[in-house]
Amino acid sequence: MAKSFTNQRMIINTVVAWGIGLLIFFPILWTILTSFKTEAQAINDPPLFLGFDWTLENYSIVQERSDYMRFLMNSVIIAGGSTLLGIVIAIPAAWSMAFVPSRRTKDILLWMLSTKMLPAVGVLYPIYLLFIKFGLLDTRLGLVIVMMLINLPIIVWMLYTYFREIPVEILEAARMDGASLREELIYVLTPMAIPGIASTVLLNFILAWNEAFWTLNLTAAKAAPLTAFIASYSSPEGLFYAKLSAASTMAIAPILILGWFSQKQLVRGLTFGAVK
Amino acid sequence: MQIKSSVAIAGMLAFATATSAFAETITVATVNNGDMIRMQGLTEEFTAKTGHKVEWVTLEENVLRQRVTQDVAAKGGQFDVMTIGMYETPIWAKQGWLLSLNDLPASYDIDDILPAMRGGLSLDGQLYAAPFYGESSMIMYRTDLMSKAGLEMPDAPTWDFVADAARKMTDKDNEIYGICLRGKAGWGENMAFLTATANSFGARWFDEDWKPQFDSPEWKTTLTFYLDLMTDAGPPGASTNGFNENLSLFQQGKCGMWIDATVAASFVTNPKDSTVADKVSFALAPDTGMGKRGNWLWAWALAIPAGTQKEAAAKEFIQWATSKDYLALVASKEGWANVPPGSRKSLYENPDYAKVPFAKMTLDSINSADPTNPTVKPVPYIGVQFVAIPEFAGIATQVGQEFSAALAGQQTADEALAKAQALTAEEMEAAGY
Repeated sequence: MAKSFTNQRMIINTVVAWGIGLLIFFPILWTILTSFKTEAQAINDPPLFLGFDWTLENYSIVQERSDYMRFLMNSVIIAGGSTLLGIVIAIPAAWSMAFVPSRRTKDILLWMLSTKMLPAVGVLYPIYLLFIKFGLLDTRLGLVIVMMLINLPIIVWMLYTYFREIPVEILEAARMDGASLREELIYVLTPMAIPGIASTVLLNFILAWNEAFWTLNLTAAKAAPLTAFIASYSSPEGLFYAKLSAASTMAIAPILILGWFSQKQLVRGLTFGAVK
Repeated sequence: MQIKSSVAIAGMLAFATATSAFAETITVATVNNGDMIRMQGLTEEFTAKTGHKVEWVTLEENVLRQRVTQDVAAKGGQFDVMTIGMYETPIWAKQGWLLSLNDLPASYDIDDILPAMRGGLSLDGQLYAAPFYGESSMIMYRTDLMSKAGLEMPDAPTWDFVADAARKMTDKDNEIYGICLRGKAGWGENMAFLTATANSFGARWFDEDWKPQFDSPEWKTTLTFYLDLMTDAGPPGASTNGFNENLSLFQQGKCGMWIDATVAASFVTNPKDSTVADKVSFALAPDTGMGKRGNWLWAWALAIPAGTQKEAAAKEFIQWATSKDYLALVASKEGWANVPPGSRKSLYENPDYAKVPFAKMTLDSINSADPTNPTVKPVPYIGVQFVAIPEFAGIATQVGQEFSAALAGQQTADEALAKAQALTAEEMEAAGY
């Protein structure tokens, strides 16, 4: 009786999980399907699900019209650079907050998080003027810095949570053995926190990859990443959905593949410390 | 012989050095419209001719507007040439954000630009943006459905005829709707159409003292007429339909008539995308006998922001892209039907272009729009389907939302007009009018 009840529950859970998963994945699936349609099929009413003449025409048009590799390289450099820079700055910050907390640590953490609540457009103009002054407009360096600053609160918060799980005694033991602060951070703390750091890196890489507000506003021809590549396929006069879908599919493909291969680390990292 | 070739080589080297010394890389911001994409494909011709290279930044229309405004105002200098419209040109020129184009060489033949376009892109007699392509609006209709309804479309129909034809053509059981019109909220969407339509009903945005006029009987007649027509003969969900949605409905054979940008003519007659390509004809936008037709006037034009460091190269680019030679170049590669329309008189005098089915109607529509005298009564503003003041985009988008909500059945015409009047009055007062 109990066993059949458990089985029944498991089936329901599985069905619900699959249902939610498919619901979340559906827009991406629809984008991918639309990218293989003609413009006329893409806007057909009723919508065509699978029964259409599959074509690669949109991909060939997009390839012909845009330099995909240049956009891709910019995305990799901006997302990768900002994430690495963020980690380098956040590890010492999170270490001090986790292991040497002061009276104000909680306040600082909350204040850092509050910067995420500020509407980005509110600081667009000041940042734009600073970028002009320092010659950072349309440069990858400028975007690496901005992306790093935007994601830094999340990186510090995530690392702080992981570091809190590490017993302080281990670090003390290292110190007793004569480890310097630098050695303690590099050889003791970082290896123990690798799963946490890996998931932080992955999540922030994805966030930086998908960021569209700053990347669209601070770039023009040289440093524009894949978000600008997608945006260039929207048209006020003329059908564009199929070509836009092809561009979107090409833009999300690398991150989808990365997410697929690293989903175990991602899930483990995100749920780390959630259940005690 | 040897001397000759040495001289030739030296000459070539000198030329190459001179060209490369002046060769610049300019950044051009543009939108993703067919004519602009075609221009991007022909960039190499420009580079071969001048030595200058071009980097393209293609953005969505609203993003482009915001980016360019931001860059021009902050003097960021990210763009050397930008694609702007007829609405922005006089406003930005007044702010000192654009460089004058009046000093283009005689070979450019500035007087060849269609007067309506030149007028709309100038301020105090100075041209600030060169029209790349111009458009008006007109009726595109299905000849087969018109015959089936037992009617014949005149070249210059009245709104009463159009409404009658739309109702007769409608066959909702078979998903055929007599008329497809813009309903999606936005100053460049439903308000472009409704403002132009209102002109033909004698309505105006403001009186001579900048007092909003949505409480006038003319606006009530316009909006009631539009709502009744769309209820009886429009497609379902019309309040979310803009240019692209109506284009797709028309191409799928679901609209009897569609009143929209003249540039759509090349899309609906293209058999590759349109299922009704061989059953389409054109007529002027309708009127009510008051002397004004419900058509608008728009141009996508190329302008140089005041912050550019590469003014000479930018001017050379504009000169190339909006020249007579460019039109001939496109015609030689893609045929006359794909030439950017509505910018030059000489194009319409060309016998080859005259064979394009929508050429004459496009020119007649452009010529019948007068941005300085858009409606029946006098107005203090310039613009046919817009009012060329900086506040207009924000106000008209809000008014567009009220009218779109009325089309969706969420409020009556009277309620929408009352709200439009109140919000316009408030915004104008805040702006100091």
